[in-house]
This record gives sequence, structure tokens and C-alpha cells, in this order.
Amino acid sequence: MTTGQRPLSPHLQIYKPEFTSALSIFHRITGTGLALGTLLLVYWFFTLVGTGDAFVKMQIFWASGFGRVILFAWSYALFYHLCNGVRHLFWDVGIGFDVAAARRSATAVVLLSLLMTFGAWAWGLSLLGGS
Amino acid sequence: MVEFSLPSHSKVKEGKKYKAPEGADNIKRFQIYRWDPDDQDNPRVDTFEVDLEDCGPMVLDALIKIKNEIDPSLTFRRSCREGVCGSCAMNVDGTNTLSCIKDIGEIGGDVKVYPLPHMPVIKDLVPDLKQAYAQYASIEPWLKTKTPPPPDRERLQSPEEREKLDGLWECVLCFCCSTSCPSYWWNGDRYLGPAALLQAYRWIADSRDEETGERLDGLEDPFRLYRCHTIMNCAKTCPKHLNPARAIGEIKKAIVQRK
Repeated sequence: MTTGQRPLSPHLQIYKPEFTSALSIFHRITGTGLALGTLLLVYWFFTLVGTGDAFVKMQIFWASGFGRVILFAWSYALFYHLCNGVRHLFWDVGIGFDVAAARRSATAVVLLSLLMTFGAWAWGLSLLGGS
Repeated sequence: MVEFSLPSHSKVKEGKKYKAPEGADNIKRFQIYRWDPDDQDNPRVDTFEVDLEDCGPMVLDALIKIKNEIDPSLTFRRSCREGVCGSCAMNVDGTNTLSCIKDIGEIGGDVKVYPLPHMPVIKDLVPDLKQAYAQYASIEPWLKTKTPPPPDRERLQSPEEREKLDGLWECVLCFCCSTSCPSYWWNGDRYLGPAALLQAYRWIADSRDEETGERLDGLEDPFRLYRCHTIMNCAKTCPKHLNPARAIGEIKKAIVQRK
């Protein structure tokens, strides 16, 4: 019996989702989302040069339901990645490694990022006159 | 390499079911991963009904009862049955732990028992730890010195210096932490994993060791050390309540601080 024929024991299939790994994978997902969203943002600014037709199209897109969802997701990704990034900075200087502390910081990251997202949207919509 | 699904020969099938004896009324079902190298079949999950009235309190007690009374071919490692040897590490109820100190009463529903995740399986609940041991050996887990020892006594340590080893020396090398780490799952061939890194730090933190610099040199590598992304599953799962994530953080800090 050689090692190659041995089965690989189940991993993702059976491991209980932990808050530790859940926040970690979400950090990666939001990071990827931010990178893609930034391309879209750059394109938006790019449409400012030229005749303005493309810019108007982008404005219409952002105002649409789908556009709003994308923008909302992007803003949440930004705030989540920011908050969890700060959590990583604390770890980098050696603070917050206790499991209990990690649980508290995880809760703080989730709540704070939601608060910042809704706060930013409330502020943004108020500037637009509530639409 | 990140591969989310299992290779086809590793996919788990439904196995046999063993009913509890007549008259048993405190029945707990144990779903246990089985694989026998002697038949060409895929792994399967067998279900055993165990009467808890006639069984010890820990998951290992149930495994031993099953082996004694229902299926003697059930294979697992065990030795001390009190959480100091690290042999009976396995995945119970979704997280890695020592089955001898895992209370059956804590588990709601069926008790699911699998070998340590993402490891080659030798048989049933026995994973191949060859690579994990080789990684442990690679960090050279012994005191290394350049100066000769004092002629009249041992190399001494102050109580404060000795205290720095608390939370490190207690590790029983069960590899629950390494095999709970997604980063180790995907890059276990090149990333040392939390268990070996906690041990590496145990020697870095030792005031008597005189090769701290060489040890850090050996670890400063995008894969060996820096595949740790502070996921913290290791600290969450450690049955000895140690904190490999912190130890790895201290190694990273030491590398920055010496620059």
C-alpha cells in the first residue's frame, strides 16, 4: 500500500464553520470584491473624460436597483476589509490572540462595519435629498 | 494547492448500520469514518448505536466499547486516555480534539467522528502523520548552544525566563491545530503549520538557546512561516488550550524586530 492510494480525509466537508475561519475567508472575499469594484470605480472616473455619454450611462447604472446593490456590496466590503484589516494590525503587534479576545474583536468588526456602511449610506442619501 | 472537493477515491459513502441491543433506552448514534486499505472500496461512514447507560463518559470510551463489543476491526490510536499523550486526536462533532477528553454529553445529535482533516488515511481514524513529524524535526527541537556549559552545573534559567516557556512546553504534538488550519490544508507540503511553529517558538523563546538567529533564518520564508494568515482555527481547536497563533505572531515579531 503506497501513500498515493490512501484516501484524503474529509476537511471542508466536515469541519464545523468557526467564527475564526469565517471572518478570515470573508476578509479574502471582500478583498477580491474590492479589487474588482475598484476597476469599476476607475472606469466610472474614466467616463468623466470624453463626451459625457458614457458618464451618463454610468450614472443611470448606479441609480438602478442592480447598481445600488453593487455599490452597497462594495461599500460594505470596504468597511469590513478596513475594520478586519485593523484587527490584523493589532495581531501584528501581538495584541488580541486570546480566543475570547478574538471573539470580541470579531463581533466588533462585524457590528462596526455594518454601522459604518449604513451610516455612510444614510449620509450619502441625505446629500441626495433622500432618494 | 487549493482543492475544495475530495479526490474521487476519497469521497465518503454511506456505510453499515449497527442497531443497539434490545432494551437499551439511552441510545446515542456514532457516525464513524471507515476505510480499510485491504479492500479497494472508497471510505464510508458506519453508524453505531451505543447504549450510554453502559458506556464511559468520553468519546474514546464509546470508540473502545464499539471496538470491544460491536466491530473489532474499528481502528484508532489511543494510549493515556487522559489528554496527555496526544494519540487519540481526531475530528469529533466538526472540530479537532482528543477523543479521550471530549465529553459525549456535550454533543447534541449524532456524534460524528472523522480522522484529522486533510491527511492521508492509513486506516479508519488513523491518519499518516509522517509529514507532520518531518516538519517538526525540521525545526530542530532541541537546545542548541555555542558556548560550553558551565563546568560545575547546568545552564540555569531565572524563574522569569522559564515562565516564557509556559503555554509552549505543554504541547503534546497531537496535530489537532495543524489539521484545523485551512492554510495547512492547502499548503501543508510547504507551510510548517501551527504545531511545528509553536514548537519552533518554544526554542526561540528559550533563554538558554544560542541559535535564535539561525532558527529565525530557517523560518523566514513565504511558505514555511508566512502562510499563517492568523485565521486562528488553531487556537480555537487546541485541546490543551494553547495558542499557536500567538506563538507564530511572536515569531513574526521577532523577525521584524531584529532588522
